[in-house]
Amino acid sequence: MTLATAVAMAMFLGVVIYALFAGADFGSGFYDLTAGFDSRGSDLRTLVDTSIGPVWEANHVWLIYILVIWWTGFPSAFAAATTTLFIPLSLALAGIVLRGASFAFRKYSETFAQARLFGAIFASSSVITPFFLGTAAGAIASGRVPAEGYGDPMGSWINPTSLVGGCLAVATCIFLAGVFLTADADRAGEVGLASRLRTRTLAVGVVAGGVVFAGLYPVWHDAPTLSHGLRTAAAALLVVAAVAGLATLVLVYRRRFGVARVAAVAAVAAVVTGWGVGQYPWMLVDQLTINDAAGADATLVGLLIVVALAGVVVLPPLVYLFRLTQQWTRT
Amino acid sequence: MPVAFSDAVLLLADPPGLLPARQQMAVSLGFHIILACFGVAFPTIIYVVHRRGIVRDDQVALGLAKRWAKVSAVLFAIGAVSGTVLSFEMGLLWPGLMGRFGDVLGLPFAFEGLSFFVEAIFLGIYLYGWGRMPPRLHLAMLIPMGVSGVVGTFCVVSVNAWMNNPAGFSIRDGEVTDVNPWRAMFNDGVWLQFLHMWVAAFMVVGLVVSGVYAAGLLRGRNDAHHRLGFTVPFVFASVAAIAQPLIGHVLGMRIHDSQPAKLAAFELAETTEGPAPFRLGGVLIDGEVHGALEIPRLGSIIARNSFDAPVPGLDTVPRQDWPPVNITHLSFQSMVVIGTALAAGVLLYWLLRWRGRDLLDNRWFLRFAVAAGPLAILAVEFGWTATEVGRQPWTVWHILRTADAATTMAGLWWSYSAVLIIYVGMTVGAWIVLRSMARRWRAGEADLPSPYGPPREDSVT
Repeated sequence: MTLATAVAMAMFLGVVIYALFAGADFGSGFYDLTAGFDSRGSDLRTLVDTSIGPVWEANHVWLIYILVIWWTGFPSAFAAATTTLFIPLSLALAGIVLRGASFAFRKYSETFAQARLFGAIFASSSVITPFFLGTAAGAIASGRVPAEGYGDPMGSWINPTSLVGGCLAVATCIFLAGVFLTADADRAGEVGLASRLRTRTLAVGVVAGGVVFAGLYPVWHDAPTLSHGLRTAAAALLVVAAVAGLATLVLVYRRRFGVARVAAVAAVAAVVTGWGVGQYPWMLVDQLTINDAAGADATLVGLLIVVALAGVVVLPPLVYLFRLTQQWTRT
Repeated sequence: MPVAFSDAVLLLADPPGLLPARQQMAVSLGFHIILACFGVAFPTIIYVVHRRGIVRDDQVALGLAKRWAKVSAVLFAIGAVSGTVLSFEMGLLWPGLMGRFGDVLGLPFAFEGLSFFVEAIFLGIYLYGWGRMPPRLHLAMLIPMGVSGVVGTFCVVSVNAWMNNPAGFSIRDGEVTDVNPWRAMFNDGVWLQFLHMWVAAFMVVGLVVSGVYAAGLLRGRNDAHHRLGFTVPFVFASVAAIAQPLIGHVLGMRIHDSQPAKLAAFELAETTEGPAPFRLGGVLIDGEVHGALEIPRLGSIIARNSFDAPVPGLDTVPRQDWPPVNITHLSFQSMVVIGTALAAGVLLYWLLRWRGRDLLDNRWFLRFAVAAGPLAILAVEFGWTATEVGRQPWTVWHILRTADAATTMAGLWWSYSAVLIIYVGMTVGAWIVLRSMARRWRAGEADLPSPYGPPREDSVT
């Protein structure tokens, strides 16, 4: 394994973690959005607030982690992507900003009208953001980001693979959030809320699974390099995703919400990892390999030091924070 | 050729995306820097009141710590968002910089990300910890926050210092080679620039927070809560405000060696003179200085620490390498004037206090204290404007022109307009929320929610 591959893997680990944590986070915006008007939706909105409260901002950090490793480790590929995907990235960014700020503002809102305004912005931007990030991923995976940058500003992200990527991102976010919120509601003893969420999560799960596997069909034709990888190296991961996804549905149906979370995480992680493995060894599919895109060796070593440091400095307190907040919100 | 004409030619030669890209970056950086100051300095200030609350069993101090923690959570939340924006913008607006030099300048950003992560996590633990952790351990959660503020400042400023003092690479046949990211990170300019910004953060936060309590005192809320809420941040701000002119002076002297064109613009020096006068105010129009108040020799003293050493003029710099002189000059001097006034103000307060007179009973001093917060923010904005505009037309000093760093995407005015609207909205939102928190606190509500904090007691089911 080359130095560049190691850094690319560290970066992709960030992508997987971001997809999981921010995914659950974004997806909860969907339930917030569709919770119903005013007092009808208030128990669900309170649950969303409580569930993502302690972790929601940490999720941005994963995104920053990905961006920083990308531009430091693979600068030319980064510049190629930002110049080509200016529009979807800007729109995703706008979503992130509106979402983060309005979530904070809603929490402090004094009046119901204020809370409703900020809540609506929060919820709708939560759904928009993963869509645009997904289209950007689709552009890279289908070879539409040229190595020298400044590719087609519209066609690069409005195409079959990008649209599949966008829908897939939204669907997996909603699916993950549904499983987590159901488990949280159940643990908090809110039986009515939990059973409402359970029904929705089951419906969402079926749709999400459908999107993932139906999406393979257009990708097959639109992104030959990726689909070759998906058929060969990543095939096992797709099987894992299918099995874990089905297991999640069964577990949610049988009200084993705690274990269902593990299965859901496994399913989504397998889908995302499948994409990564499927396009290996390309950084920008058909354009730039990981090794060709890599920056100076000294910098790659520096990045690996940062990653190792993160494992030591960041992970233990992060785990501690999760454990504390889980205990505290329970009592 | 008249200068005005050549200006127009230069403007026409610029790619269309350059101006909106610079404006968008300026707005998002100018917004973020204020919040970043709070992330850097607030934990340390909170630590002092919180510690006082525990050690002396002082309920007033504990109450302050609790409120400040919630305020810092709101500001941190917005800052996290505006920081994310910046990391996108590095690529969206400056692909020419990141694509070529990403592996040279990127490493400090990685460390900054790390320290930001640490701060976010410990802020979460701290907010959840009230009444749930042993008090001493809970207090200690602020320490990693303060430390990561220092590290984060160093890293971000390090990248900017590198743009002013490029190091850690060489260029052969137009290709960037021999990359040494550590040398880039620890470039010659980093320590002083870091110190300047770190101290500025304490000035901003100290003066803004003490100003809030000064406003309360002005309205007759003269109680222990307001007096302590004023004093602790004011002490921090005082130390910072008095140290800052000295740090700035030493930093300014470096510029003579590293960036003479910037210094010439700071000093509005059209021609090289020694001894050089200090020109207060004034603008350069068609190669002539208008409306400046000249103080003989002071220019040499400030820039060179000497009575007669020459200050290099713009005549030593090729015309196409001039920064926009007037913006640079006026921003620089506004920063200096405000900084000096703030230092004088805090000095006066402590002198009189030493003589047994407390200016907290003086309405004029309280008005000054209220104004000092916004003034400190202005000084930071002016300072960044001066150093950034003064570096033009270069993004990386004498290596990469800003025109080559900027994206050539069309339609940047759209994204700039959107950024402007969203940021105005965020500012208004933050203002409304903070005001309403203050109102509710005054009305006696103790348990307000906060972004990273636990749910309110009454909403836990």
